[in-house]
Amino acid sequence: MIRLERRPEPSRAWTLATPFVAVALTMVAGGLLFALLGKDPIEAIRTIFWDPLFGDFASYSRPQLLVKAGPLILIAIGLSLGFRAGIWNIGAEGQYILGAIFAAATGLAFYPAESWLIFPAMTLAGALGGLLWAMIPALLRVRFGTNEVLVSLMLVYVAEALLASMALGLLRNPDGMGFPGSRNLAQYPSAANPELIVGTGMHWGVVLALVAVIVGQVVMTRHQLGFRVRLAGQSPRAAVFGGVNPSWLVVVCMGLSGALAGLAGMFEVAGPAGRLGIDFNVGYGFTAIIVAFLGRLNPIGILLAGLLMALTYIGGELAQLQMNLPLAAIQMFQGMLLFFLLAIDVLTNFSFRFGRRAVA
Amino acid sequence: MTFKTVLLGATAAAAFATGAMAQDDKTKVGFIYVGPVGDLGWTYQHDQGRLAVEEEYGDKVETVYVESVPEGPDAERVLTQMALQGADLIFTTSFGFMEATMNVAQKFPDVKFEHATGYQRADNVSTYSARFYEGRAVQGLIAGEMTESNIIGYIGSYPIPEVIRGINAAYIQAKKVNPEVEFRVVWAYTWFDPAKEAEAAKALIDAGADVILQHTDSTAPQAAAQEAGDVITFGQASDMLDYAPKPRVSSIIDNWNQYYIDRVGAVIDGTWESKDTWDGIDAGMVEIGEITDAVPTEVKEAALALKDAIAAGEVHPFTGPLKKQDGSDWLAEGEVADDATLAGMNFYVEGLTGEIPQ
Repeated sequence: MIRLERRPEPSRAWTLATPFVAVALTMVAGGLLFALLGKDPIEAIRTIFWDPLFGDFASYSRPQLLVKAGPLILIAIGLSLGFRAGIWNIGAEGQYILGAIFAAATGLAFYPAESWLIFPAMTLAGALGGLLWAMIPALLRVRFGTNEVLVSLMLVYVAEALLASMALGLLRNPDGMGFPGSRNLAQYPSAANPELIVGTGMHWGVVLALVAVIVGQVVMTRHQLGFRVRLAGQSPRAAVFGGVNPSWLVVVCMGLSGALAGLAGMFEVAGPAGRLGIDFNVGYGFTAIIVAFLGRLNPIGILLAGLLMALTYIGGELAQLQMNLPLAAIQMFQGMLLFFLLAIDVLTNFSFRFGRRAVA
Repeated sequence: MTFKTVLLGATAAAAFATGAMAQDDKTKVGFIYVGPVGDLGWTYQHDQGRLAVEEEYGDKVETVYVESVPEGPDAERVLTQMALQGADLIFTTSFGFMEATMNVAQKFPDVKFEHATGYQRADNVSTYSARFYEGRAVQGLIAGEMTESNIIGYIGSYPIPEVIRGINAAYIQAKKVNPEVEFRVVWAYTWFDPAKEAEAAKALIDAGADVILQHTDSTAPQAAAQEAGDVITFGQASDMLDYAPKPRVSSIIDNWNQYYIDRVGAVIDGTWESKDTWDGIDAGMVEIGEITDAVPTEVKEAALALKDAIAAGEVHPFTGPLKKQDGSDWLAEGEVADDATLAGMNFYVEGLTGEIPQ
């Protein structure tokens, strides 16, 4: 008989190995799926993982990886902080939307004036928008003991309704012939978040994502906040005795993750997306949760996980284009990645025992 | 611009890569869809058009598609990838792809683009749409005759001229045959989301609607109507025959097949030119799906007569006297709406209640 036995301490080896094993298993199971669909599995896997990086048109798709991964990484870094402390901000998508709304409103308030101050003001507004939206579940939890998972998630739908109302009303482009959506901020020089170095895909949001990875790493390993977060996550009672104020921690973690999500929304609306439309949000806030876990809630891991996730998106499109693979198969493939990750994750904390349970 | 040079380099590489392949004489046609090809509505019909192109030209063409592409930067990336991979002609089949289409078309002047339901054109960008409002008028007539509660529910997708036009056209006809009729519009803010559409349908049925019209693409409202019992619906974009004879009593079918075949043919012949196409029932772009026996014979005959009159150009669904919702004059007796007003329609006609969200 096979039993699972809790390890005295989480296995470091498995913590590191899990993502790689999960990716490998996803390739095998995904390959099987593609083969069942009558497609060449090797070619499909190569199209998804190799072509965006080294294929014929990689000079275009490589920078696109950064554009797609930037917001994912930025949001996931913020989320990972709270997740480690057992504070579950599931509503990053809403905070992302609010960041974009605040930033777009700030930028458009100055239109068509040109000033170098507009972009920094929008950045601040974006962070503030996300922060304020995250404060709602944070303060409700601190004050009334509500569940932040539910409140933050529900606020995503409120944010979506607010976004629709903005795109149709207050922020609608007056020159848009009656169609919804704001002016294009990417075409408004003072507000635009352009590619910083041509052909690299690097915009301010990507730069900030990389900075967030470094700062996140330093905070987690060297700063008192990181220590408190880890302590609260491992043993909430010990943390209280150790002088960590749980309410303070909730507010800080939710606030930081909200601000980072808001910033991601700001850089997206001023750059790649350009305008605030009804469908502005495409799920970065939710995908970032996967990225955070795929990256083991570790900043460097999140960086790699964000890039991997972006790779499956762009590679998935290529597989649709070149091999006529249905989107549903690609989405299943992405789902498998998380599934295997969580399944293998068991091995971090448990080990297999063969044979009968020893009598204690 | 330097970004352009990079891309031009990439296009050169693309030309080289495709040139190296054997089947370079094939015309490559790309399609980008906003929903899944299995939505059995809007996207499904466009994909039927793609298959019709394949059938018509066989080995002379190669078609590719990417489904469920969000409208925004993702669309731009997918379009660029298509162009880089050597597509000669790309159909962008949702209004929200307009900006992405224009941006990518500018970077690839040799690739032809066809944008559905938009209003921006360029030397290599055509636009096309169908006069769905003609079908809506026929639908409105049946709806007005069939309703017993005199409340007709309407699931709107986005408050854009296209959708507002449909509501107006249906309402005008319904009101003509049944002066008591009332429209309740719910905005779903999606083209395809079965859960949201079902919710909207249920809310409308709860509010007393016994006829549901939809401008969203899934069959979820049909299923909700079936469950509720005495409610009728109309297939949207596609025939949705699975729900016939009731709740689905008829449908508006978008038939893109001939248009796609013609436009691909023009690229093959080298006669493609940028233009705007807006065809209706007479050209076969809008079809009325079979009216089932759930509809009384005289209503069915009236509906078909209206359809024929529209096709023959004898009746225009927007003919005066018509006032706007605010009571101001729009069309005088016998006056017919011009295409420019229809294309940018952002007001309800008199009698409709509720506001267009803004």
